[in-house]
Amino acid sequence: MRIGTDREACAGAGMCALTAPAVFTQDDDDGRVVVLEREPDGEDAEAARAAVRLCPSRAITLSD
Amino acid sequence: MARNPARTTGAGSEPVALPTGRAPGCPFDPPPELDRLRTAEPLTRMAYFDGHVGWLVTNHATARAVLADPRFSNRPDVKHTVFATVPRPGGARQPAAPGWFINMDPPDHTRYRRMLTGRFTVHRMRRLEPRIAAITADRLDAMERAGTSTDLVSAFALPIPSLVICELLGVPYSDHTLFEEQSSVMVDLESTEQQTMAALGTLTDYLAGLVRRTRTAPGDDLLGGLVAEGELSDEELTNIALILLVAGHETTANMLALGTFALLRHPRQLAAFRADDALAANAVEELLRYLSILHLGAPTRAALEDVELDGRLVRKGETVMVSLPAVNRDPDMFPDSADLRLDRTGARRHLAFGHGVHQCLGQQLARVEMRIAYRALFERFPGLRLAVPAAEVPLRETSAVYGVRRLPVTWAAPS
Ligand code: HEM
Ligand code: SF4
Repeated sequence: MRIGTDREACAGAGMCALTAPAVFTQDDDDGRVVVLEREPDGEDAEAARAAVRLCPSRAITLSD
Repeated sequence: MARNPARTTGAGSEPVALPTGRAPGCPFDPPPELDRLRTAEPLTRMAYFDGHVGWLVTNHATARAVLADPRFSNRPDVKHTVFATVPRPGGARQPAAPGWFINMDPPDHTRYRRMLTGRFTVHRMRRLEPRIAAITADRLDAMERAGTSTDLVSAFALPIPSLVICELLGVPYSDHTLFEEQSSVMVDLESTEQQTMAALGTLTDYLAGLVRRTRTAPGDDLLGGLVAEGELSDEELTNIALILLVAGHETTANMLALGTFALLRHPRQLAAFRADDALAANAVEELLRYLSILHLGAPTRAALEDVELDGRLVRKGETVMVSLPAVNRDPDMFPDSADLRLDRTGARRHLAFGHGVHQCLGQQLARVEMRIAYRALFERFPGLRLAVPAAEVPLRETSAVYGVRRLPVTWAAPS
């Protein structure tokens, strides 16, 4: 599984960093998503899937 | 709210009025009529105060679709309002004032939002935890010194978020009576237009003065930082400060007091909460879902073009309101949705902070404040209980932000 993000769409809400802290963090300047782990597995992959569902601006995508 | 001219819910094609009547004895449950609507017609025609016939959304899936769709606008000059009072500069059907980003669409909204989101990240809010814990402990000390009973709203729930947002923004807390009073007038839907505009005027003048002082000596708080960046006019800074000050204390204060009330009325849940530190974060999500304090008149959006939604045609110009209490009780998303379950899986899917690009800017701050404050309160006063019968707790039924007006509590040893 590979993570993609759309920084233009990102609203900086932080649901991703809250839900999957090993996979996502936020830029200190503008709050936008920063990927820490491009290809998470196990629990982190589960958390990343939850983050995709929770993201308010559909800024995160998953591909195989 | 008596100004809403529509009839109570009619059958068939008659537009409904926004249901506002909660069942007696059920202060935590949304008006039962919302449940009925969600089952019968989750996207239904609703009458707005100015005679506009728009829509009301009561199910989770449609709410998410509307709030994430750029074809739906948050601009006040295209939206109709559910109630007569419009607590924003300019008033109804006028474009958003400079800096009033909560009522702008991208890209105008994006420009302001990106100047602010870096200040409210998960990490930054975690770094504030020790300070929030210290502020909370101070309030608990003061309560303990003063006796064995108090009004939890004025002694605890209101001062904590007020102190925190003041420090963060750079507003002197010594002025708290002024902004707390004016802000509660602003969000009360029973305020007359004159009262709302007067409150807005007082707050604007106050913050404009603060912005001018900040220009001469910018501190390292949020307002000082925005001044130093040098991109915003005084009017923009004043409006941004106003939004953050009002949104930053009114909401969290009501979650703290109403949440405590709810925990006290659910002793088994409270016992579980107290027994397990690890439950706190999820408990906060579940309380946000269960209580959905932003309950009347918002969020709303207007269609910028004809949009097919949930099999219906929402025409260009029509306004849609999402009832957050209704969508957060949608049984398709939350099984046994009427039950408060602090360990509920998927509680975080609630929309109490909204959804889409306007999703709450201060949500990570609110989460930290609630997690720290609920825990500290029940740790300090294990015997905390209501000092009056539950039915006598006065509710904020006519305010856009629901909650309790006072919460008399005691921690005296039972006699
Ligand atoms: C438990 C407490 C809170 C609740 C339930 C809450 C709820 C909400 C909701 C539902 C929205 C979306 C409105 C819409 O889509 O039209 C929102 C937006 C917003 N909230 Fe909160 N909020 C809370 C705390 C805070 C705090 C502490 C702040 C302080 C900084 C804050 C600042 C904002 C701002 C600035 C927006 C507008 C964001 C935008 O338009 O981009 N909120 N809030
Ligand atoms: S949850 Fe979505 S919008 Fe929020 S910071 Fe992460 S990617 Fe951006």
